[in-house]
Amino acid sequence: MNWQLALPEIFLSCSAMAILMYGVFARPERSFVMSSMLAVGALLLTAMLVLSGTPGAGYNGLFTVDAYSHFAKLLILVAVGLGVVMSLDYAEHANMQRFEFPVLMLLAAVGMMLMVSATSLMTLYLGLELMSLSIYVLAAFARDERRSAEAGLKYFVLGALASGLLLYGVSLVYGFSGSMSFAEIGRAMADPKTASPGLTVGIVFIVAGLSFKVSAVPFHMWTPDVYEGAPTPVTAFMGTAPKVAAIVLLVRLLSDPFGALLGQWQQLIVLVSLASMILGALAAIGQRNIKRLMAYSSIGHMGYALIGLAAGTGAGVRGVLIYMLTYVFMNAGTFACIIAMRRQGRNVEGVSDLSGLGRTDPAMALAIAIFMFSMAGIPPFSGFWGKYFIFTAAVQQGMWLLAVVGVLSSVIGAFYYIRIIKVMYFDEPAPAFDPRPASLSFVVGASGLFTTFFFLFPAPVVAAAEAAAKVLFR
Amino acid sequence: MGGTTDMMLPVPLSHYLAVSAILLVMGIFGIFLNRKNVIIILMSIELILLAVNLNLVAFSAALGDLAGQVLTMFVLTVAAAEAAIGLAILVIYFRNRGSIEVEDVTLMKG
Repeated sequence: MNWQLALPEIFLSCSAMAILMYGVFARPERSFVMSSMLAVGALLLTAMLVLSGTPGAGYNGLFTVDAYSHFAKLLILVAVGLGVVMSLDYAEHANMQRFEFPVLMLLAAVGMMLMVSATSLMTLYLGLELMSLSIYVLAAFARDERRSAEAGLKYFVLGALASGLLLYGVSLVYGFSGSMSFAEIGRAMADPKTASPGLTVGIVFIVAGLSFKVSAVPFHMWTPDVYEGAPTPVTAFMGTAPKVAAIVLLVRLLSDPFGALLGQWQQLIVLVSLASMILGALAAIGQRNIKRLMAYSSIGHMGYALIGLAAGTGAGVRGVLIYMLTYVFMNAGTFACIIAMRRQGRNVEGVSDLSGLGRTDPAMALAIAIFMFSMAGIPPFSGFWGKYFIFTAAVQQGMWLLAVVGVLSSVIGAFYYIRIIKVMYFDEPAPAFDPRPASLSFVVGASGLFTTFFFLFPAPVVAAAEAAAKVLFR
Repeated sequence: MGGTTDMMLPVPLSHYLAVSAILLVMGIFGIFLNRKNVIIILMSIELILLAVNLNLVAFSAALGDLAGQVLTMFVLTVAAAEAAIGLAILVIYFRNRGSIEVEDVTLMKG
């Protein structure tokens, strides 16, 4: 038993509890800002621990540290850090300055780190639940607001149903393969011809449960309502880190223990991916609320990311990882801009509220334009490169249908992204927004710089993603 | 499955799996067909988790492997935490709306 492997997780959960104790005993008016700062510090230290960690398997095969989990953990920690920074200013205005907020984010981060390191169905389930339970509470965190309470309720009911289905799948896979560990399950189904049909049913249930967490069609129904109702920093958080964790887990699960059954789950992932891309492109067109629009946009993005998984190759997994990296920064930057949409202390969420932003606040308009171009997949922004790696992986495998539908739906999607740019630059100006706080400018600036200049230095990222993908496809 | 089946399980494994599948389907229908009360949804979620537990315990006994029973313990713990969080969210929802009818949960649509 090698506990040092899990040092980052242990450190992060201990810091979460220490910050909780600090919050209980500190004076209430200062505890929120201070505990958020401490949370960012804890995330930084954890990232250093992850970087200095050595690969290996521990806890009797329950938990593994490898290049793949390294990549995912660093991305998750960055996404959670951006989420904590974004909530600093919003909480002040929305009267939700309670120190539990950053603590819940840290606990969700621990859950996500467990998920991406899980090599046993048990670790997988516990990590997933730690993440989900924290996010249910976060979604309902603005407890005086009706929409937030409703979002929390919807997310909880549908999320618990998805966990139940996933768990049922886990029990079937356990029963028909005889073990919970990924290595043993892989051995039990090494020959697809002798694999029991019970295993296939179990895999379908597990894929359904995880599709819910990544909000892929047909398990996307919760996404628009929860995105709209939850406090905006929570929406930003839900849209980034948990998606990374769930998709990384799905990729590891399907290509490692279930890799031999590629022919069986591939059709499933192809269907889910096609449906998500098409729905994401079409349903977003009619949206007037920018948070709802981002919900459909994220459904579409998950469809693109799943193409890489459907390809079932190392190049595909590399594409998924690069795609998720670019997606996190585009999404965090866009949501930081949405949080900054505030007039006379009240948050506004309509697309029309952005009218004439090009004249009233050129810097923010430029940032939103960059993120929208990037999401539409227009070069040289990072979103284009994510799509490039995904589509080439699909074409290499001869999956032309996926690649063609992907390109077509991103053309349709470009319509609503570019409409936002048109509203900002060519419509009559609406009243100016309140001045932006420094914390949001920081998130927008950092994400904007990454998105714009990714094409100048893609080599280290691509190399890291390549090394990560090699873990699954030797 | 396993040679110990006859001694430990006078009831064959398939019967346990059938009961558990029925409980699962009842739980899912309880969530989607119920139009009255959110509490019933919480009970249905509980039913789904118990169906899974039954499955896990039956498999664990049939396989002669303890991992399934260990996971059952974890699932029971998580179910308790989930019920606590679900009821807490329900309380703040009730404070805001004054009702927990499923048909009233329609503030956001589209």
